[in-house]
Amino acid sequence: MERTHHKQEINITETLMNRINELISYYPEDKRKSALLPVLHEVQDAHENWLSIELMDKVAEIIQIKPIEVYEVVSFYTMYNQRPIGKYMFEFCQTSPCCLNGVEDLMDYTCEKLGVKVGEPTVDGLFEVRGVECLGACGYAPIMQLGDFYKEHLTKEKVDQLIEDCKNDIIILHDK
Amino acid sequence: MSQKILLDKINIPGIKTYDVYRANGGYASVEKALKTLTPDEVVEEVKTSGLRGRGGAGFPAGMKWSFIDKKSGKPRHLVCNADESEPGTFKDRYLMEFIPHLLIEGMITSSYALGANLSYIYIRGEYMWIYKILEKAINEAKAAGFLGKNILGSGYDLDLYVHCGAGAYICGEETALIESLEGKRGNPRIKPPFPAISGLWSNPTVVNNVETIAAVPWIVNNSGADYAKIGIGRSTGTKLISASGHIKNPGVYEIEMGLSVYEFMNSDEYLGGMSSDRPLKAFVPGGSSVPVLPAHLIFKTANGEDRLMTYESLSDGGFATGSMLGSGGFIVYNDTACIVRNTWNFSRFYHHESCGQCSPCREGTGWMEKVLNRIENGYGREEDIDLLLSIQSKIEGNTICPLGDAAAWPVAAAIRHFRDEFEYHIRFPEKIKNRDHFVAEPFEKVKHLVAKELV
Repeated sequence: MERTHHKQEINITETLMNRINELISYYPEDKRKSALLPVLHEVQDAHENWLSIELMDKVAEIIQIKPIEVYEVVSFYTMYNQRPIGKYMFEFCQTSPCCLNGVEDLMDYTCEKLGVKVGEPTVDGLFEVRGVECLGACGYAPIMQLGDFYKEHLTKEKVDQLIEDCKNDIIILHDK
Repeated sequence: MSQKILLDKINIPGIKTYDVYRANGGYASVEKALKTLTPDEVVEEVKTSGLRGRGGAGFPAGMKWSFIDKKSGKPRHLVCNADESEPGTFKDRYLMEFIPHLLIEGMITSSYALGANLSYIYIRGEYMWIYKILEKAINEAKAAGFLGKNILGSGYDLDLYVHCGAGAYICGEETALIESLEGKRGNPRIKPPFPAISGLWSNPTVVNNVETIAAVPWIVNNSGADYAKIGIGRSTGTKLISASGHIKNPGVYEIEMGLSVYEFMNSDEYLGGMSSDRPLKAFVPGGSSVPVLPAHLIFKTANGEDRLMTYESLSDGGFATGSMLGSGGFIVYNDTACIVRNTWNFSRFYHHESCGQCSPCREGTGWMEKVLNRIENGYGREEDIDLLLSIQSKIEGNTICPLGDAAAWPVAAAIRHFRDEFEYHIRFPEKIKNRDHFVAEPFEKVKHLVAKELV
């Protein structure tokens, strides 16, 4: 991945640092590394949803572990992004129960509407469509994850509305 | 109406909050346990109850608790497995979202039984809004004196925190979950040592599913013997079933063990039958890992007995004609569904989720996905079916953790019960080019083509 070409402004605010310290305090003093996953979520949320090498190095410094210990975790878990992604990432669940309820057609529809392929952000960087594995909402299929929230019982009309709401900046991505 | 012990209060307005939960008898099990029972007495009640692990494996919970190492003097931990990711399964999410204090109460009572002073709830990263709900519930419980130092003046201390994952099915395997909780990649550990001896930070640890822990308050409040009266044989108590697919009423249901599959499928109290007039073709009773069963083996076992919602009845006949209760992820298919496509879909899932440690799983899941993909898309070869059987048999039993088995079983079961459908895909590629191929022309209508070929 050509992630080194992307520059990221790093800004660990006082609020973010306080939250990081709170998360670290959930584990015994000599087990700071345990806070890595929750800390990465917080840091990523505060940095347009992706983690550059520089930002991962910063996390390593804060947690007092080696940078490689952060890289190996970031590359293992699917929720951490190593490149800039669309601001509104539509993550459609594409596992069987959602397929039984038409998620494949819905993904095709969304991609066509946005003029993108799966995994490619729109030119303005506003939207991206991704297929993900089971989100644990099979009874409410088809569904997508948008930020911290699930959008369930999706239809083409609901997708249209979501796109509008995103454009009008009235979608909440993270509950802080 | 069957008895409900987990979801009985879920519709009370405001039950998400501490005050309403408490006013409705919440946290009584903590008071009872800490004031009147020794930790070992709580363990005994759970043993008597016959409660089995609700995450999928069905191992007796009380026995698991009794394995925890108390002799070494190391700190002990209880970790709740809320990494619900098995396709078809969404029951824990429902419980945590709508009655979070039941899990917190169960964690306190269970931690007391194990002598754990520091416990965690490991929740999948995608359930971020539920992470926030649980954090709030923990803060409320702490403010009310049910967490922290010297709980209810008993001298027992407990700190409880939520920890979030970041998108990895494998972290539902208990040793991978522990690795992840230590801030590492979710690579399962070789057992032994089991977590009960060496788990989180090498300390004795018990990992239990959300639903298992949520059953503990009722058992302590009433008794293990009362719990064991519900259900049939070794399938005691109630079970949450999350139902999806081609049914009228998808959702989460609490059933008494022993309910017949027929009643569960067709009664209006539960799934209400099929979602349309298209007939039932197949079902998966316990999440994507367990064998799929064809219509004629769903309501009756091979012996002609009624199939019941119990560990034993669902597995009756072994893998030849049975399946497993698993996690209770109940997926129903009508005749528009394609078994090959569904099996390919599940294989893609396991390939994506394999941690990559063991070669048979890392490579084998990818091979199965590729072979299934070409069959589903009209490029299958006659020998592919046996090739799939060969690959799956070489994964099964040859990996550190059960993900390999979980990937292998659905493939074997699909071929066992629906081999002619695979043959149809291979021999009539032009008929399956469209991904909705069975919508217009269900397999029952074209089945004779495969039979003719064989003659």
